[in-house]
Amino acid sequence: MTIGVKKVARPREMSFSESLYLVEIVKGLGVTMGHMLSNIVRQEGIKTIEYPEVRRVMPPRFRGRHRLMKREDGTPRCVACYCCATACPAKCITIVAGESPDPGVEKYPVRFDIDMLRCVFCGMCVEACPCDAIRMDTGWFTPPDDTREKLIFTIDTLLEK
Amino acid sequence: MTGPLFDITVAVARIAVFFAFCFGLVVVMTWVERKGAAYIQDRRGPNRADIFGIRAWGLFHPFADALKFLFKEDFIPDNAHRLFYQMAPMFSLAPAILGIAVIPFGPDVTVMGRRIALQIADLNVGILYLFAVSGMTVYGVVLAGWASGSKYPLLGGLRSSAQMLSYEVSMGLSLIGIFMVFESVRMSQIVAGQGGLLFGVLPKWGVFVQPLGFILFLVAQYAEANRTPFDLPEGESELVAGYHTEYASFKFSMFMMAEYLHMVVGAAVVGTLFFGGWQFPYLGDAGFLFPGGSAVAVPPALVLLLRIGSFVAKVLFFAWLYVWIRWTVPRFRYDQVMRLGWKVMLPLSLLNIFVTGLIMLLLKR
Repeated sequence: MTIGVKKVARPREMSFSESLYLVEIVKGLGVTMGHMLSNIVRQEGIKTIEYPEVRRVMPPRFRGRHRLMKREDGTPRCVACYCCATACPAKCITIVAGESPDPGVEKYPVRFDIDMLRCVFCGMCVEACPCDAIRMDTGWFTPPDDTREKLIFTIDTLLEK
Repeated sequence: MTGPLFDITVAVARIAVFFAFCFGLVVVMTWVERKGAAYIQDRRGPNRADIFGIRAWGLFHPFADALKFLFKEDFIPDNAHRLFYQMAPMFSLAPAILGIAVIPFGPDVTVMGRRIALQIADLNVGILYLFAVSGMTVYGVVLAGWASGSKYPLLGGLRSSAQMLSYEVSMGLSLIGIFMVFESVRMSQIVAGQGGLLFGVLPKWGVFVQPLGFILFLVAQYAEANRTPFDLPEGESELVAGYHTEYASFKFSMFMMAEYLHMVVGAAVVGTLFFGGWQFPYLGDAGFLFPGGSAVAVPPALVLLLRIGSFVAKVLFFAWLYVWIRWTVPRFRYDQVMRLGWKVMLPLSLLNIFVTGLIMLLLKR
């Protein structure tokens, strides 16, 4: 017995009408015409999602664009601890801390910018946050824009959602 | 109107109308191709371009495309041969449109006491002219491939020259049967010859007297027009876009127009040679005459309309067939194309000539 020889499955021999090719082409034409007619008659059967008007529902654990959470009094939950900026592998988070007017809270973010063009949507910032202040549960992507500046999201944009 | 002035007016009007018909159909075909492809593949296809909020199933997309092509940068690569690079799209487009000159769009009509043929030029060499013109289309492709100064276009141009030359042979031979049966190469006489009945039942169309010739000619035409399954010269997966890889803006759109003009003219040629041209089945000059012996009188104006309509319907069907085949059949491998061309099509077309000759000889006895 020879060693290392594998029997590979070969396609079966074509019958005479198949080898003529023309009959099979006509059958194929029937298939495509069937698809076309059924799609023209039943437009709703087409799977295409008409994107800007209709949005796909994302799964609940989908990591989308970020949002910053608020306390009950409306101030940001973020305490400017820099955990997310440190954890970020893409270095896309810029935080400037300031002294909070609330005596019970030490710091608050004066600036909290996320460069969406650099973000890799890994979710490390969410895991690093000790206050549950940043989440990625908006269920949507970063919308496209026409300048790079508009895609650096500031604290105002992030708090809105 | 005086004689020469009348003749010139008629000639110009004929050219203008047939030209407009072909280019109009080209515009429509680009839309049909995209929309048809989408519906065949369970997609929606173009439906965004709108005029004042009217979308009309994406019918405005061809116009949007034309505007886009006009305003794009007209880029010439550094390595390109500047003169030939610019000539190639013209060489591609011009022969494609020249073919309509010999196609009869309808029967002769009488205007102001004169008989006018609905055909730009009723050449006595008819189909030979068609072959000469369609043989020239390969120059545009080869020139584009070579002048681009880049390897993918060059490979595309090489492939297309080999392919077009191979299929030109069987295309020419597959029509010999038609010449033998209708005893002419003049388009108007071939169409007139298809007006009779075969065995008293079937219309004497080319497809019924030359079924094998029809299939061979159709396949050869797809190969000539570089359409799937023979679109090797522009095989995306292998050659980026083949011979027009380096072309942009309106030069690229000229290649596209040439491709669709090939389809339109090709459809007109198949309709004329094999499906009776403007002949409507069982319709004579005075009205319908069915094989059973029953007759229906039809006014002459309606007869004319029916005949032109039947020609247009045939053109539309065969133009659609190009699209339909394209989204049904996958591309051949290159050696398969060559084997089909030389080992199958060529012997079959020679056999077709032999059998046609034999049958005609036996019938003449």
